[in-house]
Amino acid sequence: MQASLEQKYNFDIVRWFTIMAVVYLVLGAGFGVYIASELAWPFLNFDSPYLSFGRLRPLHTNTVIFAFGGCTLMATAFYSVQRTCGVRLWSDKLARFTFWGWNAVIVLAVLTLPLGLTQSKEYAELEWPIDILIAVVWLAFTFNFIMTIAIRKSSHIYVSNWFFLGMMIMIVYLHVVNSLAIPVGLFKSYSIFSGVQDAMIQWWWGHNAVGFYLTAGFLGIMYYFVPKQAGRPVYSYRLSVIHFWALMFGYVWLGAHHLQYTALPDWTGSLGAAISLAMIIPSWGGAVNGMMTLSGAWDRLRTDYVLRFLIMALAFYAMSTFEGPVMALKSVNALSHYTDWTIGHVHSGALGWVAGISIGAIYHLMTRLYHTEMFSERLINLHFWTATIGTVIYIVAMWVSGIMQGLMWRAYDEYGTLAYTFVESVDAMHPYYAMRAVGGGLFLFGAAVMLFNVLMTVRKSVVEGRLQQARALPAMA
Amino acid sequence: MSDRAKVRVKSFQEWLEVNIWGLLIATALVLSVGGLVEIVPLFYLKNTMEHNAFPEIVWDKAGKEPIVTLDDAGKVKWNWQPGDGVRPYTALELAGRDIYQREGCYLCHSQMIRPFRDEKERYGHYSLASESMFDHPFQWGSKRTGPDLARVGGKYSDDWQRRHLYDPRSLVPESVMPSYPWLDETAADPDMSLRVFGFTLWPAGTGSRMQRHMRGMQQVGVPYTEADIAAAEFLLEGKTEMDALVAYLQVLGTMVKLDDAKAYRE
Repeated sequence: MQASLEQKYNFDIVRWFTIMAVVYLVLGAGFGVYIASELAWPFLNFDSPYLSFGRLRPLHTNTVIFAFGGCTLMATAFYSVQRTCGVRLWSDKLARFTFWGWNAVIVLAVLTLPLGLTQSKEYAELEWPIDILIAVVWLAFTFNFIMTIAIRKSSHIYVSNWFFLGMMIMIVYLHVVNSLAIPVGLFKSYSIFSGVQDAMIQWWWGHNAVGFYLTAGFLGIMYYFVPKQAGRPVYSYRLSVIHFWALMFGYVWLGAHHLQYTALPDWTGSLGAAISLAMIIPSWGGAVNGMMTLSGAWDRLRTDYVLRFLIMALAFYAMSTFEGPVMALKSVNALSHYTDWTIGHVHSGALGWVAGISIGAIYHLMTRLYHTEMFSERLINLHFWTATIGTVIYIVAMWVSGIMQGLMWRAYDEYGTLAYTFVESVDAMHPYYAMRAVGGGLFLFGAAVMLFNVLMTVRKSVVEGRLQQARALPAMA
Repeated sequence: MSDRAKVRVKSFQEWLEVNIWGLLIATALVLSVGGLVEIVPLFYLKNTMEHNAFPEIVWDKAGKEPIVTLDDAGKVKWNWQPGDGVRPYTALELAGRDIYQREGCYLCHSQMIRPFRDEKERYGHYSLASESMFDHPFQWGSKRTGPDLARVGGKYSDDWQRRHLYDPRSLVPESVMPSYPWLDETAADPDMSLRVFGFTLWPAGTGSRMQRHMRGMQQVGVPYTEADIAAAEFLLEGKTEMDALVAYLQVLGTMVKLDDAKAYRE
């Protein structure tokens, strides 16, 4: 059975992206722990331009979002689109180009960002020549995906593919518009937009990189891998339809909530906040849909470590999609904006939801792609607990420091003057910055355990000869 | 495609589920609404930019007269004075802004003061959209690991800024800011062109790096006069990156004199 799958589908490309995703997870989390430590112990900047926080922070975000997130999305999209459509990828060549092109982007990012070559737009730092490469590779990925659906054997397009498709289209819009710039050198350009318009376009991009790349894409993963791992169909078809269209329509509006009380006109920020609040409903609909897929099989959580990752991820998704709209409320935003609370919120989504669902999907993929059990179930369990506890330590530290910062900045003493200088608030953050580095370090340790487990599984498969067997067997009729 | 079962669709939703091109177009349309509604009006609604109602916010000679010139004695003469209104950055300030971008300063410092009492007392008058009209890209930031810099110009002396950038903890022991000693060692506008036997292979065109950057700014609509671009030569001569960054920091927030009695925004 599996043997015929190896020949029918292109699993090579999925294997490459899967392994690279795990490598980049360790690398990206490693950069994160380093810059978190720089904020706690600034001597770690070592007075070197290439190690200073301002240059390494974009390297961290680009590695986790585009290298780890991107490879995970491409592995899972290429895998699930073949399985749900019952056909091989439309083009193996285009898929190979996507793999090498995307990894070239990542190598260029690792080279240029520490050199200070940046457009200085958050999460869109890469300079114009790399932006062009990203656009070409992304279109190749999207086109191959759409054409594979077009030649499918199944009658209907499965729900996971809707979400992947939505993400791909939106990223084309966002990347193209937000990166419009006039080059003034080989690695220097100026955005064609300025001031308030540039700010709105940047956060339209910024929030939807989260909303589509890191949410819609990973919901595609959820809709394929949760039912697969649980061995049950998606809880509610109707809820999936509502979840999809509400998310596609609504998420796009949220960017404006990043600019409350700024020089952005009030109508735009309020519109963003209102729609943000309404987004609780589809987001929770999706989370419920994923979790209830397990109804009647809850006992599986006791034995199935992979399912634990997937369900814990959905719990974090529900939590951060509740926290987000709360933070978009104007009164809360007045306190939370500019503070570490935002960083905590991002990481409850990024570590808890995005990394959690990815890690679950990758463990699921490993056994299918290498035709063997994981090297160690106990190490998966160890990874589960280090990742979960590390994430909780991280976000608790940022909640406390964020709310404390916000309150200190606006505190008045009995004479009606500001109670604290700015640097007193910086000083007060030190224990929480150290605690954050510890939480991140724990998460990084879990990721390293995963990389070890994954590589040992590959080795095991090679030693047992499983992959060679699977490839050699003739396809079944 | 041949062995795909024919489906009799019962709803528009189901039609989309069996028709990839229909799903593609429908999704693409639904996705475009939010961005169009929130972004497009910002380009033409008059009340987005405060200088439409309060023209004094922008320097009236911007793009018509050079910001600085040399007088007959060869001394730098300013045609613009602090408070005269928003103007493009001089070559030196723009070089400083490039460094501000390069070092990722915007990741820890905002340049956007919100209309709250505590922010007014800490940083000054709330920021206006027109104040960043020549900022390509904007530098509002999203995080205050360090304080807001929108009106930091003139708050500290040049000497303080230099020493602070060189070694922040020598002046502010609790600071977590990195030190930037390398800024002192690099020229603000180094000759980066590639020449072989006197022929310039790269880049094409004339002028120094900062002059090319200013021409780029001109292309995206920043009103530089030819004299402003020519002034790069004497403004940047012998200057280090540290000089440029300090010049940029010292001009932040000094361009407009805002009146507390006026309601610039609703």
